[in-house]
Amino acid sequence: MDLPFIKVENISYSYRDEDGAAIPVIRDLSLEIEKGEFVAVLGHNGSGKSTFAKLLNMILTPKSGKIYIDGKDITDENMSEEEVFSLRRRVGMVFQNPDNQLVATVVEDDVAFGPENLGVPSAEIRKRVDDALATVGMSKYAKHEPHRLSGGQKQRVAIAGIIAMLPECIIFDESTAMLDPIGRKEVLATVKKLNSEMGITVIMITHYMDEAAMAKRVIVLNDGRIALDGAPAEVFEREEELRSYGLDVPQCTSLIHELRRCGVRLDGSCSTPEECASLIARALGKE
Amino acid sequence: MKNIALGQYYPAKSPIHRLDPRIKVILAILYIVCATFLGKNMISFGLLLLSAFLLILLGRIPMKTVLRGIMPVLFVMAFAALFQIFGKSGEILLFEWKFIHIYLEGILAAVFMVVRIFALIVGTTIFLTYTTTPIELTDAIEDLLSPLKKLKVPVHDFAMMMTLALRFIPTLVEETDKIMTAQKARGADFTTGSIIERAKALIPVLIPLIVSAIRHAVELAVAMECRCYHGDGVRTRMTVRHLRVTDFVVLLLMIGFGASLVWFNILGIGFSL
Repeated sequence: MDLPFIKVENISYSYRDEDGAAIPVIRDLSLEIEKGEFVAVLGHNGSGKSTFAKLLNMILTPKSGKIYIDGKDITDENMSEEEVFSLRRRVGMVFQNPDNQLVATVVEDDVAFGPENLGVPSAEIRKRVDDALATVGMSKYAKHEPHRLSGGQKQRVAIAGIIAMLPECIIFDESTAMLDPIGRKEVLATVKKLNSEMGITVIMITHYMDEAAMAKRVIVLNDGRIALDGAPAEVFEREEELRSYGLDVPQCTSLIHELRRCGVRLDGSCSTPEECASLIARALGKE
Repeated sequence: MKNIALGQYYPAKSPIHRLDPRIKVILAILYIVCATFLGKNMISFGLLLLSAFLLILLGRIPMKTVLRGIMPVLFVMAFAALFQIFGKSGEILLFEWKFIHIYLEGILAAVFMVVRIFALIVGTTIFLTYTTTPIELTDAIEDLLSPLKKLKVPVHDFAMMMTLALRFIPTLVEETDKIMTAQKARGADFTTGSIIERAKALIPVLIPLIVSAIRHAVELAVAMECRCYHGDGVRTRMTVRHLRVTDFVVLLLMIGFGASLVWFNILGIGFSL
């Protein structure tokens, strides 16, 4: 039997407020993520989605419960430093603000930062940096200064910096939230490519519905628990429930629901504009 | 604001640009020693002046850029020169009026002082800022100081702090700009009033700036941890620099230059002070 790549068992986590009272953020959460999956984690502010990401990357340690990555217990406190770093290498993380992730004043030096920390030999770093920049389409900018790039470009450099460590999984913690529409498009295209062409497991934390629709599986978090878990189309079917969690459904899904309410017979479900169009076309009888 | 330059680096392909940054740091130190202590007479100062112009030529830095770099210290130069002209006494009196006595020695000392300051500025900027990027410089200093690591001096950590400080200058400048615009929109006035009033007006800019700098630092620390940063340890570098023959030749030339200055001083030709 194959072990799932990430296995989370009954984890809980709480912050302390100013008076020292515990505020639970993650409550008894369990889930499994297979290698190569493309998972979107949805939730409104305060649902615990960012905390969840930090738990997977060992920035935070759960108060109770276990997390296994490739069968290895990452909540084990006696883990050596090398083991921690080897796990962090395998599960990379891209954050929201691109400015706060770039450490060097030249793009290629920044991409080299991760492998340098891992002690990779110089010639190998050179190769990885070139490959990573090519993957995110930023080879042209290798010698540029990051502060002269656009938000989307900076974020792609940050992604290249993670890819250069050859991770098996990348967590995107609202990585598009600060970008303009063009930047978002660039980053999302890159994310899709990493998952489909390089087989990297993607966990995308977001509050954009259209981004979640790109994933193969959507997990909705509410109040630190998993509220819904399934394919985007399945999850978006439950419009009322989503709204009660403070989330919206994509416009196309909303349209289908509205049409149904008006008595139009539509079979199946949809999460993207293309699916929506073909559903309506089928209903009109001109498949 | 996006176009602020980090340091004064002047991108060009000159023999000085190609030198190893570590050698350039040593060259700069040697040159400072030459300019400060080894100028004694007309010949040695003449050589210093000549060498400064030679450096500008070799570095392919336009004269205009160099002069712009000297502008801020022009006042210091003028002050030092005047001090020498009016303050120094000697044997050959050139001009006398009431209590003002100007001696040839004073004039010469003033010229020497100007040449000395000029050579100091040219030497340090050509080697360290115009032809070397800030990152090359911090790396070079880290390398040169690495023997201190044996004495548990956190050389790497200081170098990393320098690098990050340089990296965040443009980010913080952009932010200052944003905060100032926001405060102006709410009626803040930064341009009129006495110096004290203007300084007070900056407080509402500084406080949010410091808060955001701390926030940047916290997030950056987490991101660096995620990229497996854990100090010096097993760290390697993408570009490993190897000293070339030319680096050593240039170093020898600089030592030769210093030695020739000493030799001319001993010979005592030229007007010496």
